[in-house]
Amino acid sequence: MLGLSKKDLMFLMIVTALTLAAPILLNPFPESSALAQFNAGYPDLMQRIAIFAIFAVGFNILFGLTGYLSFGHAAFVGVGSYATIWMFKLLSMNILPGILLSVTLGGIFAYLIGFVSLRRSGIYFSILTLAFAQMCFNLAYSVLTPLTNGESGLQPELSDPRILDAARAGGTVATPNLFGLGMNATWKVEALGRVFQFNAGYYVCGVISVLMFYLALRIFRSPFGMMLRAIKSNQHRLNYTGLNSRPYMLTAFVISGMYAGLAGGLLAAMDPLAGPDRMQWTASGEVVLMTILGGTGTLLGPVLGAGFIKYFENIFSKINDTVLHSWFSFLPKWLEDICVAIIHPFVGQGWNLTLGVLFMGVVIFLPGGLIEGGQRIGRLWRRKPGGNGAPSAKNAAAE
Amino acid sequence: MTKSDLTRRSLLKTGMVAGAGLALPTIFTSRASAFTNNPTGKTVTFGFTVPQTGPYADEGNDELKAFKLAVKHLNGEGDGGLLQTFSSKALNGTGVMGKKVQFVTGDTQTKTDAARAAAKSMIEKDGAVMISGGSSSGVAVAVQALCQDAGVIYMCGLTHSNDTTGKDKKRNGFRYFFNAYMSAAALAPVLKQMYGGERKFYMLTADYTWGWTQAASMKQFMEGEGWSMVTDVRTPLASTDFSSYLAPVLSSGADVLILNHYGGNMVNSLTQAVQFGMRDKMVNGKQFEIVVPLISELMAKGAGKNIAGIPGSSNWNWKLPDAGTKAFVQSYGKEYGVPPSQAAQTCYVQTILYADAVTRAKSFNPCAVVEALEGFKFDGMGVGPTVYRKDDHQAFKDVLVVQGNEKPDNEYDLLNVKQITPVEKVMYEPESEFFKGGNLGQCNPGA
Repeated sequence: MLGLSKKDLMFLMIVTALTLAAPILLNPFPESSALAQFNAGYPDLMQRIAIFAIFAVGFNILFGLTGYLSFGHAAFVGVGSYATIWMFKLLSMNILPGILLSVTLGGIFAYLIGFVSLRRSGIYFSILTLAFAQMCFNLAYSVLTPLTNGESGLQPELSDPRILDAARAGGTVATPNLFGLGMNATWKVEALGRVFQFNAGYYVCGVISVLMFYLALRIFRSPFGMMLRAIKSNQHRLNYTGLNSRPYMLTAFVISGMYAGLAGGLLAAMDPLAGPDRMQWTASGEVVLMTILGGTGTLLGPVLGAGFIKYFENIFSKINDTVLHSWFSFLPKWLEDICVAIIHPFVGQGWNLTLGVLFMGVVIFLPGGLIEGGQRIGRLWRRKPGGNGAPSAKNAAAE
Repeated sequence: MTKSDLTRRSLLKTGMVAGAGLALPTIFTSRASAFTNNPTGKTVTFGFTVPQTGPYADEGNDELKAFKLAVKHLNGEGDGGLLQTFSSKALNGTGVMGKKVQFVTGDTQTKTDAARAAAKSMIEKDGAVMISGGSSSGVAVAVQALCQDAGVIYMCGLTHSNDTTGKDKKRNGFRYFFNAYMSAAALAPVLKQMYGGERKFYMLTADYTWGWTQAASMKQFMEGEGWSMVTDVRTPLASTDFSSYLAPVLSSGADVLILNHYGGNMVNSLTQAVQFGMRDKMVNGKQFEIVVPLISELMAKGAGKNIAGIPGSSNWNWKLPDAGTKAFVQSYGKEYGVPPSQAAQTCYVQTILYADAVTRAKSFNPCAVVEALEGFKFDGMGVGPTVYRKDDHQAFKDVLVVQGNEKPDNEYDLLNVKQITPVEKVMYEPESEFFKGGNLGQCNPGA
């Protein structure tokens, strides 16, 4: 079914099930327990994880398959966000026009930037993409301020024309919606001492991310995907066989740019504000981290990486000293202070430090990313007697 | 490797699965409740978003200290601080409406995206019923809009842009801090008196909503005093090196430099300007001068002796003689060992004002709180009688013109209050030039 092998279909089913059940799975701790701090099952974070998973999966089509490391993909995210907000301002608060435009613009920008950048490979390609992205950032930040509102960020306002939506009585801007279904509509269920939040916006992101995952799966399994892998293993040899590899590269670049545009559009659709920070080089670096952390060239890796980084950013950054003190309050006062002092640099505003340590650990000990970690654990579990069939099993599962 | 089996049957199947997936979210609708995050337990949660990293990090950390102190006082710990001098006596140190106040904190990184993510997680995960903080007008405008959409109250912290209560004003947001227009209105006559009537000024402006409105206000008022502007150069908020922006100043023919910078930006630009020897130069036969329209104690501390003699304006200063200021300085000093900054005072007062409004309205419902705060007149918080104007949710009170202390007695004695400009001098109409185009909209209680 769906043009997939039985195994891939199973894989897709599992991903779909996990996506749909995320609001339950990400809320493992009861509200009353001290561990509730670590729950991630609230709409904003789930939306972000789904959106950045789309971004990372798209990035992986370029980086994972062809090995071309782009440092400029945040530019497409930013373009997508601005496009969506402008659709909100001009057309309607329905998210569809915005998302369609963001994908289109992401593709167009990727075509233009890719057309120039792909004339070089390796580090030169990375630097070219970085330069283009930084140009886009600076344009958005200080040159095109009428279009982007600079540092302050662009948001829908009451005075916007919005020709398809009648202006709402009472003077409030409508929330972004999908044919009337508000993206902030949340159905809360209280059960087992937990509050599960089923949010419309999350399910829109989730369904789109599953579709995008499916698309990536098809690309990975297609002859086109094979060609991209050939570029990664030896582009020179490929060229010597008489094949022109550049159209393939450009296609891969445009596809990943469209993924990034879609992610940007969704970000703006879930939270109608677009700022230039989204286009900064740190944002481009983040998606590289996500991909490497999860496992480059694997299908599920970037999704895991996106989830991990967004989790750290949102959960660890909120642990402050008051919370730490409450955790260690059972200890004697002096010991409590010592414990808090030790952990303090790694949480709150220091969450980057924890992530850095984790990242180093993964790169040094698990070059294949978190996916490789999962596989190693899996192999421990069901070690076949005398079985050194690991390499082939690894290859199959890694994709 | 691929099987291309796009038959009619498989297409139908695929279509049905996709259709079901798309239709799924439509069964969810929001649960009926009076308003967002109605606190039903024994506690109520406030969310404090402050910059802990980025150019405004110093201010952010001071704000956080003030928030913690305010929560302590609301819960009846400590000496009560401003609750003793506040003109409204609704609060009695037993929390808010009998509920103990808790708080969550988040880092805005002085970036709009990060700030909104932090505020969103507070509202959605921690059930915060009020958000406060922010040390950048860009962030404040963004978070204020978010709170309006989500149906919680936003008590602005440090935000000085005209737009916060002008073109971007929101019914659910309130600002105690003064704004760029008031700064310019209070400063202009003093500057004319200090430096004479015919001056040419050069401006460096932080490139975002605050800088823009501050530059526009300064230009308007200084030109009203007979000064003329040479040029206004925009600098990115994240810059730390201003030498390339400062180099052309002296050759431009200007004899006054106005730095529309705040926080770490201003510390760097002022220090570099002084290192360039600008303050010792004579231009057009006049002494070259530097003006910083918005000055805080933390910036003065960062700039060290370079701040000596520099004029500017402040919302509040710890050296004011009134009872409210004294109570707050004492209480803050006892807790942290240093005098509070204007950022700390603003955030502290905002928290108390919110709690008081809830108590007077006898409800956490944002619409009731908005009603209780609109047109609210109060005193005893420092800087004299204050009113929250109904039309734009801006607090109106006297404005301080300050000047860097030439001979500080100690390391905290950095700014002198040069003049207190009465509120009538800085008053404006809600729809006047710098503030028009906004619409408060209606209060949004959320769910």
